[in-house]
Amino acid sequence: MESPAEQDASTDHEQLLPELVAHLRSSRTQLRQEWANRITGASLLSSMTPQEIFSEATSVYDNYVEVLETGSVEALQHYAQNLSERIIPRGVETHEVVGIVLLLRDVLARSLFEKYHSDFALLNRILDAYEPAANRIANTVSVSFVQERERVIRQQQDSIRELSTPVLQVRERLLILPIIGVLDAQRARQLTEQLLSGIRAHRAKVVVVDITGVPDVDVSVANHLVQTVDASRLMGAGVIITGLSSKIAQTLVRIGVDLSKVNTVGDLQGGIEEAERLLGFTVRRAADADRQQE
Amino acid sequence: MPTGNRSEGEAPISVSILRQGSYLIASVYAALDDDELGRFQRELIRQIMAFRSRGVIIDVAALDVMDSFGSRSLRDLAHMTRLQGAITVIVGIHPDVAFAMVQLGMDLGNVRTELGLEEGLVLLDDLTGGGRLSPVSRSR
Repeated sequence: MESPAEQDASTDHEQLLPELVAHLRSSRTQLRQEWANRITGASLLSSMTPQEIFSEATSVYDNYVEVLETGSVEALQHYAQNLSERIIPRGVETHEVVGIVLLLRDVLARSLFEKYHSDFALLNRILDAYEPAANRIANTVSVSFVQERERVIRQQQDSIRELSTPVLQVRERLLILPIIGVLDAQRARQLTEQLLSGIRAHRAKVVVVDITGVPDVDVSVANHLVQTVDASRLMGAGVIITGLSSKIAQTLVRIGVDLSKVNTVGDLQGGIEEAERLLGFTVRRAADADRQQE
Repeated sequence: MPTGNRSEGEAPISVSILRQGSYLIASVYAALDDDELGRFQRELIRQIMAFRSRGVIIDVAALDVMDSFGSRSLRDLAHMTRLQGAITVIVGIHPDVAFAMVQLGMDLGNVRTELGLEEGLVLLDDLTGGGRLSPVSRSR
């Protein structure tokens, strides 16, 4: 149930919007150019060339006017998603996208001021019609962009997860697990699974877990690591942890890990040497070995 | 928990104890209830005495669950065999079981564990100085 005033307003919008659209269509070239200039002037979209900016500006402009005309944001949504897909890999930031949409809004508003400044009442009514539509457009474009970004982030998280924990055999019964990147609870679980099934599959006696590439872990993940070491021992394999950052070392000490149960060595090389010692390997330079034989 | 086959007196338990040189190899092939665990302990101790075994391997590869009573019994068993001069190695703990045991804080103490039977035998050879009486392995 709309009040008479609102009804007036909506009929008013319906009458004014076509006029608005006609104005924006007729001054398309000039406004579009001005907008593109202001984008460059504000040094937004710095990763794109002026030509690209101009051609995208044209499409956005036309879509914008179309939304004002039809009141349906569907086509714009589709376009914004498509645009985001193209510009996100080029490093365009959220503030830039929001910035250019707001710039277009300002450019168009200015041109409306200019056209209707003699009739203040009409200008007011025009702005009443224009502003909600313009805000909805700004909203749609920003949301599409952010959604697309989130989708990209999720996709990347998935692919990191997939390739994150390789189990590599370097010698008979010796495995290494290099871990790179942030170790969250889910990855820690995956690590445990890979490590324990790797021990079984390769019949490993010693596993070197290299966490040089892990900047920090929280308490629960640190505990999880220690539990994994214990579980490996139950399966008859010793675990050597190498490359602990000072932060991780602090965390381990803070949660009071029994360090006698955890074998740690400074770096990966040291870890592999220790593992070879445990397995009874000796690695010698061929030249040295020859000399000894003589 | 009373078991269904208790009325039969000493029903067969789901463990086979085989003699291999001076070692005993006990393969657990189904989950043991508390009563069966007790009988298994007694039977194993009896055989260690009878055969003067120097090492025991308990193979739990068939178990996909291990409760706290089970792991405590295994630990106790290992300590008992130790008192009789036989070293116990537990082999074949499943990855999931291993992690569950650690998470639930079940501790096998300082009982030796190995991946499989083969590794267990090698470890026993190391610890007992080659317990098998075969002259071939001795001469190597």
